[in-house]
Amino acid sequence: MRTGSDNVVIAEIDEKQEGLDDTEAGLTSAVPAVTGSRPKRRRTQWAEVWRRLRRNWMAMFGLAIILVIVFTAIFADIIAPYDYREQNLLRVADPPSREHLLGTDDLGRDILSRIIHGARVSLQVGFVAVSISLIVGGTLGALAGYYGGHLDNVVMRFMDVLLAIPSILLAIAIVSAFGGGLGNVMIAVGIATIPVYARIVKASVISIKEQEFIEAARAIGATDLRIILKHILPNSMAPIIVQGTLGVAIAILSAAGLSFIGLGIEPPTPEWGAMLSSGRHLIRRAPHVATFPGIAIMITIFALNLLGDGLRDALDPRLKQ
Amino acid sequence: MNDVLLDIRDLRVTYTTEEGLVVAVDDLNLQLRRGETLGLVGETGAGKTTTALSIMQLVPSPPGRIETGEIFFDGEDLRRKRLEDIRNVRGNRISMIFQDPMTSLNPVLTVGFQIEEAIMLHQRLSQRQAGRKARDMLKLVGIPEGRAGDYPHEFSGGMRQRVGIAMALSCNPELLIADEPTTALDVTIQAQVLELMRRLRSEFGTSMLLITHDLGVVAEACDSVAIMYAGAAVETADTERLFTNPRHPYTRGLFGSIPSLDEDVPRLSPIKGIMPDPTELPTGCRFHPRCPAATGICAERTPVMVAVEEGHEVDCMIYEGLVPEARIGEKED
Amino acid sequence: MLWYITQSKVYRMHRYIFRRLLLLIPVMLGVSFLVFTIMFFTPGDPAKILLGERAPEAEVQALRTQMGLDDPFFVQYGRFIFNALRGDLGRSLTTRRPAALELFARFPATMQLAAMGVLVAVLIGIPIGIVSATRQYSVFDGASMVLALIGVSMPNFWQGIMMVLLFSIVLRWFPSSGYGTFAHLIMPSLTIGTSSAATITRMTRSSMLEVVRQDYIRTARAKGLSERVVITRHALKNALIPIVTVIGLQFGYLLGGAVLTETIFSWPGVGRLMVDAIRQRDYPVVQGGVLMLALTFSVVNLLVDVLYAYIDPRIKAQYK
Repeated sequence: MRTGSDNVVIAEIDEKQEGLDDTEAGLTSAVPAVTGSRPKRRRTQWAEVWRRLRRNWMAMFGLAIILVIVFTAIFADIIAPYDYREQNLLRVADPPSREHLLGTDDLGRDILSRIIHGARVSLQVGFVAVSISLIVGGTLGALAGYYGGHLDNVVMRFMDVLLAIPSILLAIAIVSAFGGGLGNVMIAVGIATIPVYARIVKASVISIKEQEFIEAARAIGATDLRIILKHILPNSMAPIIVQGTLGVAIAILSAAGLSFIGLGIEPPTPEWGAMLSSGRHLIRRAPHVATFPGIAIMITIFALNLLGDGLRDALDPRLKQ
Repeated sequence: MNDVLLDIRDLRVTYTTEEGLVVAVDDLNLQLRRGETLGLVGETGAGKTTTALSIMQLVPSPPGRIETGEIFFDGEDLRRKRLEDIRNVRGNRISMIFQDPMTSLNPVLTVGFQIEEAIMLHQRLSQRQAGRKARDMLKLVGIPEGRAGDYPHEFSGGMRQRVGIAMALSCNPELLIADEPTTALDVTIQAQVLELMRRLRSEFGTSMLLITHDLGVVAEACDSVAIMYAGAAVETADTERLFTNPRHPYTRGLFGSIPSLDEDVPRLSPIKGIMPDPTELPTGCRFHPRCPAATGICAERTPVMVAVEEGHEVDCMIYEGLVPEARIGEKED
Repeated sequence: MLWYITQSKVYRMHRYIFRRLLLLIPVMLGVSFLVFTIMFFTPGDPAKILLGERAPEAEVQALRTQMGLDDPFFVQYGRFIFNALRGDLGRSLTTRRPAALELFARFPATMQLAAMGVLVAVLIGIPIGIVSATRQYSVFDGASMVLALIGVSMPNFWQGIMMVLLFSIVLRWFPSSGYGTFAHLIMPSLTIGTSSAATITRMTRSSMLEVVRQDYIRTARAKGLSERVVITRHALKNALIPIVTVIGLQFGYLLGGAVLTETIFSWPGVGRLMVDAIRQRDYPVVQGGVLMLALTFSVVNLLVDVLYAYIDPRIKAQYK
């Protein structure tokens, strides 16, 4: 039974890959010799990665937690017992009780409901910030690695500048200049980690671009853009996936940190860092207000780290003991 | 004094891997007489390095495990020794030269120190005296003593292997295990290193177990030979006999795959097939799936070592009289 | 140990350091340009902030001209760099004192916190990482890896608050905030160092595991060396090479983390000064603070690279 359901999952992944391959094949009918053989290898490779990942129970545990959090975020409106905005000034900072499982905050709002809605904000910040970072950093890294020379120099010197500023500090500077709010926090956190992705992508581009199948693609007249997108990027997926997963964790932490010092997402949006901050002043009278949002952050980051570690092991079998 | 320095009996070593249990060495029997050089020959994966590490008691564990067997060194079973006593043997009475000189030296310590270290440990010399001796050893292997303070990356591959030799011989061991010492080197350097080893061996009177897959090296350097296949010795003899009169179909196959300048052979006859998957060794005789002489019994019964003449043993049922020899004979004609 | 360093090697090292210092100049120019640009486009008129919201328009305009705020962007940036090189980062808009003085006054406290954080991280992380690696898959290894993972997952501002709750409010062991005595230093250092300790533990373990698989470790064992000598003399030094880099990067993380930690514990450092400055739109202080911390981070990384070259002779050779 169990193996049966596992197979279904693999089959789904395979199908997705197949879909991807179809479009690829359609676009590349002129170069069957190169692309014809590669997609198959890639598909089995991902199936193999998934097989290895599945056997790592810690990683699967992390993945399960993340899926629960994603589910919570999507269906927050249905799951949350109360409206997260609903204030009740008669029940300010109540300890956990049967009506309010995690108690109420400084304005008498239900903390559980706010944490559930906060999942939405945190996941959004995490994924969008990483996407920004990845798109900008990945593009810069790919260009630098592929073309080398002056472009490489200019890009990497710029990355050096970004790296010289501790990332949370850069995010603070950006947010302090342009103001808080969800969008700005995402951008600020995203910009601060651009160099990480630029370096990863550049490194894989350099290691791959001299290989024979790239030569072959070039020989049959594929454009640079095509070569980068179709041949080089898929091959740098492994480190990107690992770094991306851990990056989401870092982004969530940074965003929470910004909100904590009052520079991030503004109330009444239920952001975990801001909730924690609002509980700080109640630490003597009602410690639960600051405690629970912190636990929510910790569980999320913990799960992402578990998954990230598992992915690293699964994607790079050399590192396995 | 015992004439046999090293006596390995029924050694079996396994590794636990994701794919299953790998039997790296299986029922290996091997004798090395004092003062002699024994060549241990086999393809990659035949279990040669594992045999060497077993003697040193350095099989990485886990995943490796010496399951059964005895390894007598100078009459004492190394497997029964306490760890401290083993350490006293390692690098002192038995030392080892490793295959890849590029990775076998510690990159952050000077070569002088890496030689000195073993001397200080085993010979109870002061650091000064040990340093003196280390520089002497370097000189002996043809490296200017002034380079003792240099780091491994400042040497070429051949030079590094000389350092490895100096390190191995520094405590004047009774047994030197050389695990493919020349494989990673250029051909011209190979000859130099081999010559150096032969010279020093006779100078120091060291016995040697020379692991190689190169029959040319064996012909040049060894007194006797053991041919290893899939974890066990299939033929042992002194070098001359083995080269003039190989008996085991595998040994014959090895010779058949070497180009010869003296004879005019229409074509080389490499051994068909590949080494068996170590997690699924064939039943009966390990070699039967690739053996030109194999009959039905070869898949069922495990052969027993038979002495075909004085000091020449073969692990094949042809010599037990169970399989006709005709078929390989025909092929040779 | 056996590192004899000849005159020429010392000379080489000096040249290497000198070159690294030269490379720092364009990076710091870039950082200053980036920070200046960000602050330049900050909404809000510094002249108005200085004079107050109700100041007459003419007065504001006069001050703007006097401060050179109407000059083109590059003129202003040039003036900023020129002044910064002389140690003048402008005046704080709130205290009217030179921003550089304000920042320098707070700098030692931040350095103290960050240095203690690194110390905590190294003293906890490296030993635990080594023991974990030498006893891979043992109970100790499993427990320390789970703890390390929790350590990297815990937001340090939350950890700080929880420590205040436990050690100041419930147990009354340490003061919840303030500066001056050793007791004041304990909780902030632990807060700021925990995540780095966890990172270094994980790094040390994986680095050691990687190193003990290397051929030269087998060579060392084949010499008959005891396991203790193999680990400390042969494995650790190789394993430290990547760890040292991580420590350098962690230092930057700690400088950033100082902003949060200092806020929690009312630690009178640069971070807290900057948070206050941001609230009051005191942009010269923010700008100067970022520059100062970035410069510190760069210098520390340079020191780490030099240390790196001392550990790894292959790197040293590269800079002949």
